[in-house]
Amino acid sequence: MLLVVEQILNGLQFGLLLFLLAAGLTLVFGIMDLVNLAHGSLYMMGAYFAATFVAWTGSFVLGALLALGATLLLGVVLEFAALRHLYGRDHLDHVLATFGLILFFNEAVRLIWGPAGLPLPLPDWLAVPVPILPGFHYPAYRLAIIVVALAVALLLYLGVMRTRVGMLIRAGASNREMIGALGININLLYTLVFGLGAALAGLAGLMQAPILTVQIGMGENILILAFVVIVIGGIGSIRGAFLAAILVGLIDTLGRAFLPNLLRQVLSSASASTAAPALSSMLIYLLMAMVLVVRPEGLFPATRR
Amino acid sequence: MKKPLGASQLVAVLLVAGLVLLPLYSQLTGNVFVLTMFTRIVILALAAASLNLIMGYGGMMSFGHAAYLGIGGYAVGMLAQEGIGSGFIQFPVALAASAIYALVIGSLSLRTRGVYFIMITLAFAQMAYYIASGLARYGGDDGLTIYKRSDFAGLINLSNRVQFYYLCLACLLGVVFLIWRIVNSRFGLVVQGLRSNEQRMQAIGFPARRYRLVCFVISGTMCGLAGALLADNTDFVSPAVMYWTRSGDLMVMVILGGMGTLFGPVLGAVVYLLLEELLSEVTEYWALIMGPLLLLIVLFGRGGIMGLLGRSWRD
Repeated sequence: MLLVVEQILNGLQFGLLLFLLAAGLTLVFGIMDLVNLAHGSLYMMGAYFAATFVAWTGSFVLGALLALGATLLLGVVLEFAALRHLYGRDHLDHVLATFGLILFFNEAVRLIWGPAGLPLPLPDWLAVPVPILPGFHYPAYRLAIIVVALAVALLLYLGVMRTRVGMLIRAGASNREMIGALGININLLYTLVFGLGAALAGLAGLMQAPILTVQIGMGENILILAFVVIVIGGIGSIRGAFLAAILVGLIDTLGRAFLPNLLRQVLSSASASTAAPALSSMLIYLLMAMVLVVRPEGLFPATRR
Repeated sequence: MKKPLGASQLVAVLLVAGLVLLPLYSQLTGNVFVLTMFTRIVILALAAASLNLIMGYGGMMSFGHAAYLGIGGYAVGMLAQEGIGSGFIQFPVALAASAIYALVIGSLSLRTRGVYFIMITLAFAQMAYYIASGLARYGGDDGLTIYKRSDFAGLINLSNRVQFYYLCLACLLGVVFLIWRIVNSRFGLVVQGLRSNEQRMQAIGFPARRYRLVCFVISGTMCGLAGALLADNTDFVSPAVMYWTRSGDLMVMVILGGMGTLFGPVLGAVVYLLLEELLSEVTEYWALIMGPLLLLIVLFGRGGIMGLLGRSWRD
């Protein structure tokens, strides 16, 4: 029973991380209509920045904050230098151009930090397990991820739904020509949104880094998952991304944890242990395929244009 | 079609002539490496050409085309592993398996549009990737070594470099010819009409999804052939050939060369892979140049190389 609770918490934590990544992706897609494959690279850069700054400053929190700022800056520069020119182009152009950016970032990281991965050690106060139920301890760091991600999700919600900038963002998502005509500096808004998305991706990357290692290409697998999330949730919908991210996180984690035992009940143990890893990796893709077949626009399609 | 020979046609002719004469060059200079390299290029050009059929002519942006490379490859590899070495069995099985896979994922994916289609094809390819990683009997993650290339009963010897190269080239030219016939047939015109204006075509009474599906299956089957050849070429097949970046590579080749042109993808494959080869000779960090180059091509070179050639001819 405790194992189930632990795995649910793990799934929630993974799902929230996915949400941070997917939120930026879905914002950029919903507002600029830009398919950004390089979003995973920003995730990776966040982790590398964090590893560097934490080693440099000696403080985890300070390093993380610096890394967040650096990723935001990188996002703004990237938008200004390259992606700005892609707005209004075909989605295929986006795929190709940002595919090129992935190549570039992976290689730049190899050049700067070397091909081997970097460690991002946790400070002592985060590396301890905390009791949350009688007789049940959960790593403080994973708990911290859940808290931070939930707080960010709440802030994002308030920011988008309750502030003036958020209003402009929503207006831009539903009709970009109109808010341009109303005298809003749309270029600035786009740069801002992209920077925000980059910072969210960077946050996800640097928070995931201590659990896995910081390495080249770390953003690619999770990027695909983030795409699965926004497709399931409905592209352009933050609420959809949130729910779909939790769903994907839970299904993926619980599938990996319990599917092998479940399969062992019906299959022989040898074939179960070979089939289980593949099957549990496939679960979320299966989910996405099913969702798209039933609801081709995702679960919570944003009403756009 | 009755136009004077333009720059793009000229390039296509030169390209084919170059590919046909390549083994001669290799023999004369004793440069064996160039033949090995171009065998791979020709095979991937075949895959890119098949992708172009649905992407360029059909308007279906499949981001999971590398799955067929894996399916074709695994069909050859698995049969070889089980002791069935005859190419007369391996290749038809590879094609049939690709066709069936295309039929299944096509009938599901074609219900969606636009980015959703890009993503769902990607998801299916990832599923195929994970299935292959789970095939413990056939090497799982590490891949499967093929100890003996497909045997065509003395008709053609795949272990002979030149013969194998010409087999691949013949397959490529055959597929391009087939695509040319398809594109100019009534069926092909309907598919292209669906790309331009689906509503209108449906109003005339064409069943949109059925036409697209058939086109999708043809393309997948062609790419399965490339997969089978690729497996024989490398004597090895692994889940990595199905990874999503490989699908991205294929898309890049098509767009680089010129989407919706007959020889564009072939040219794109040659240029892309040669560039990769040349840049990696200049510097270990070749992708540092390749990445921004792709960006520039997208920003300034609309219509790919064939598009550029067409424009310069008209100017």
